[in-house]
Amino acid sequence: MDEQTAVPFIDVTREVDLAARFPEAVIVDVRKEYEGYIVNRDRLIEVATAIRDELGYDYLSSVTGVDYLPDGVMEVVYHVYKMTGGPGLVFKTQTPRDEAVVPSLVPVYPGADLQEREAWDLLGIRFEGHPDLRRILMWEGFAGYPLRKDWQEAYFEEEGKPFKNRWPDGQVYRIEDKNPYENNVQYPADFIPEEYEPENDALLYDSLKRSIRGRDPELETDVVMVNMGPQHPSTHGVFRIAVALEGEKIVALKPVMGYLHRNHEKIGERNTFLQNMPYTDRLDYLSSLSNNFGYALAVEKLMNVRPPERAEYLRVIMAELTRISNHIFAIGTFLNDLGAYFTPALYAIKERELILDIFEATTGSRMMCNYFRFGGVTRDLPEGIAEKIHRLVYDRLPQKVDELDLYLTNNEIVRSRTEGVGVLTAEQAIAYSAAGPVLRASGVPYDIRRADPYSIYDRFEFDVAVRYHGDTYDRYLIRIDEMRQSLRILQQAIKDLPEGSIQEGKPQYQVRVPAGEAYGRVEGPKGELGYYVISNGKPNPWRYHVRAPSFINLTGYETMCVGNKVADVVAILGSIDIVLGETDR
Amino acid sequence: MNEMKRENIESTKYDIPPELQGQVEITTIDKIYNWGRRSSIWPLMFGLACCAIEMICTAASRYDFARFGMEVMRPSPRQADLMIVAGTVTKKMIPTIVRLYNQMPEPKYVVAMGACASGGGPFKEGYNVVSGVDRYVPVDVYIAGCPPTPQALIHGLITLQRKIDAQSIKKVRWYRKEPIEAVPIPVLGPDVVDPHQYAIIHEQAKKLHEEAVNQAAETAPAETA
Repeated sequence: MDEQTAVPFIDVTREVDLAARFPEAVIVDVRKEYEGYIVNRDRLIEVATAIRDELGYDYLSSVTGVDYLPDGVMEVVYHVYKMTGGPGLVFKTQTPRDEAVVPSLVPVYPGADLQEREAWDLLGIRFEGHPDLRRILMWEGFAGYPLRKDWQEAYFEEEGKPFKNRWPDGQVYRIEDKNPYENNVQYPADFIPEEYEPENDALLYDSLKRSIRGRDPELETDVVMVNMGPQHPSTHGVFRIAVALEGEKIVALKPVMGYLHRNHEKIGERNTFLQNMPYTDRLDYLSSLSNNFGYALAVEKLMNVRPPERAEYLRVIMAELTRISNHIFAIGTFLNDLGAYFTPALYAIKERELILDIFEATTGSRMMCNYFRFGGVTRDLPEGIAEKIHRLVYDRLPQKVDELDLYLTNNEIVRSRTEGVGVLTAEQAIAYSAAGPVLRASGVPYDIRRADPYSIYDRFEFDVAVRYHGDTYDRYLIRIDEMRQSLRILQQAIKDLPEGSIQEGKPQYQVRVPAGEAYGRVEGPKGELGYYVISNGKPNPWRYHVRAPSFINLTGYETMCVGNKVADVVAILGSIDIVLGETDR
Repeated sequence: MNEMKRENIESTKYDIPPELQGQVEITTIDKIYNWGRRSSIWPLMFGLACCAIEMICTAASRYDFARFGMEVMRPSPRQADLMIVAGTVTKKMIPTIVRLYNQMPEPKYVVAMGACASGGGPFKEGYNVVSGVDRYVPVDVYIAGCPPTPQALIHGLITLQRKIDAQSIKKVRWYRKEPIEAVPIPVLGPDVVDPHQYAIIHEQAKKLHEEAVNQAAETAPAETA
């Protein structure tokens, strides 16, 4: 009896009032259409530990900052979830804008690592106690914190679109002509280019040296620093990996990113709500329709609309086709990375092209589909496409997935290169906020479509694919499993596809979005894709943040790699399946 | 009239051994040289963003640019003739791109694939985005689209072949006597710094400084009064 009481019992179904538990440190967020709690920043770590250990919210999904310029306040927003499923919990902490300091939550949730660095880089919020607080998307020495509301880019025209000077008279000019350098640059007044000394990654190499672990005390070898990328054929884009090697063994590794940082969030806050939809396509450019889905859900939450039945089905069909095309491509390029140069990828791309044909016929574009609207979708399926999808998901694709499985799964080289390599245990995967296939391959059966169903996923019969070893091989297998489950969903969806309208209300360019905050998340092919949107009632979002699974899945990359051989860096990266457009945004 | 006879026109004025007669083709050096180069362009295996995916699809079986002699994609710039800038060029990336361009042996060509590489595209206003790769390296062919379809990319590459066909080795810049200067590599300072722009930066700094002094002079009497 005594032993049992010693273990704290977590009742996962119990609703807990955090404000009552910590009366001095926590207040309920009472702003209109806001949710969650505001935690006093001095007691943030204590409260976060209680949230994790006592309330059971063990998974930190998203960390981001918001600049409330008129109030002179910076707010850091945390979204946490339970790995057993159910809705999440939001808590925030506030800090004065001039001296933005917040205690780092890395000791409680290691998954906050890269996300806090991003908030530091773009918003200038310093996280005290963070083990490695360097800029992440921009380079060291870049002037200013670009996501602050009072920071203006070199090509700044107006706070929000549509620009008044262009409309309604249609005056068009080249913005270069207004910039003194005739280029997208601006410099501080005291900048002398000849005397400037770039930082040259000194901080990166320091941090790499600091994190060296697992050296063999009997070997007397030097540690060699190797840079892979940003131009490297196996990094799936412009991604850079700095590795410290002892012989061939990896003793430390740091991902370096930002080479494709396209300022998605800054542009997103200047855009109107609907203008952001095509930009979301370009986040994870291999699965644009899933990106649309998450953003549409977030804004629909704010607007409080639901799409009609047929649109829901079309959304699910498109999202699941996207998942298959993404996974099949991921497997193809993964085999590329293992050295099976291009042949498996050719098989994979052939099937992907068939799916792209459906996208092109329906949405008008192969990759940048821009298909979802708030409260519906843009176009109905053209004639003959439903039958085409039907043939594809009932006949062709199941056969082709089996074919890939047959050719690859028991291949001697694939198995010996991947089994036991890059292991991430279930505890580590949860701690590092890994999502999607990476999380499920580590034995955590967490799929948002099941755990916190959105749209109409609660109507379909499918299994949450899960594998238990957490190695590179399982991360490959899980994608095969997921394609099969997606096909099951598609088979049900295309069979039940109802007739009816595809848009709630009248389609409109300028939607009215009431003030408030919303977090919409979907199970994208790479993992949990979340959009945190704050509206203040104006045509442009006040804050627009993307919780990018490719980015956050890299938090555990070092842990997966250390101890393995240098050639495995590529294999492990291929099994995480990152897309740089989403990693860097 | 005698000169216009067929055998005179077709004669090379050289003694051709009988076993080689009818086997020899005569052409200009430009033509044969260009033919060789345009039919074996080796692109640099180098993708930046979304366009790179369409580039991979172009290389795959459905579109297959091996039909034009371009399938040998080289990951090393030392072995490549053509840089397809496939995607958004960011300020953080531009030093690397310029360095890769400098490392490519001549003759070399650059294709700006898609809206971003051509002029910044949808991300032009972004603080980390370069308004077109042609601000740093010379571009031969621009391909429109976001992303350009594989057909558009193939069209762009055929356009490049036409361009090569029209070149003369007497005039192209890489066979001049004087050596070609390497493109200076941009520096990542408070913003990206193009070494070509040093003069403008100084001038602008002076202007900003004067403005600040003037402003101080304007506000100072008001305070005393």
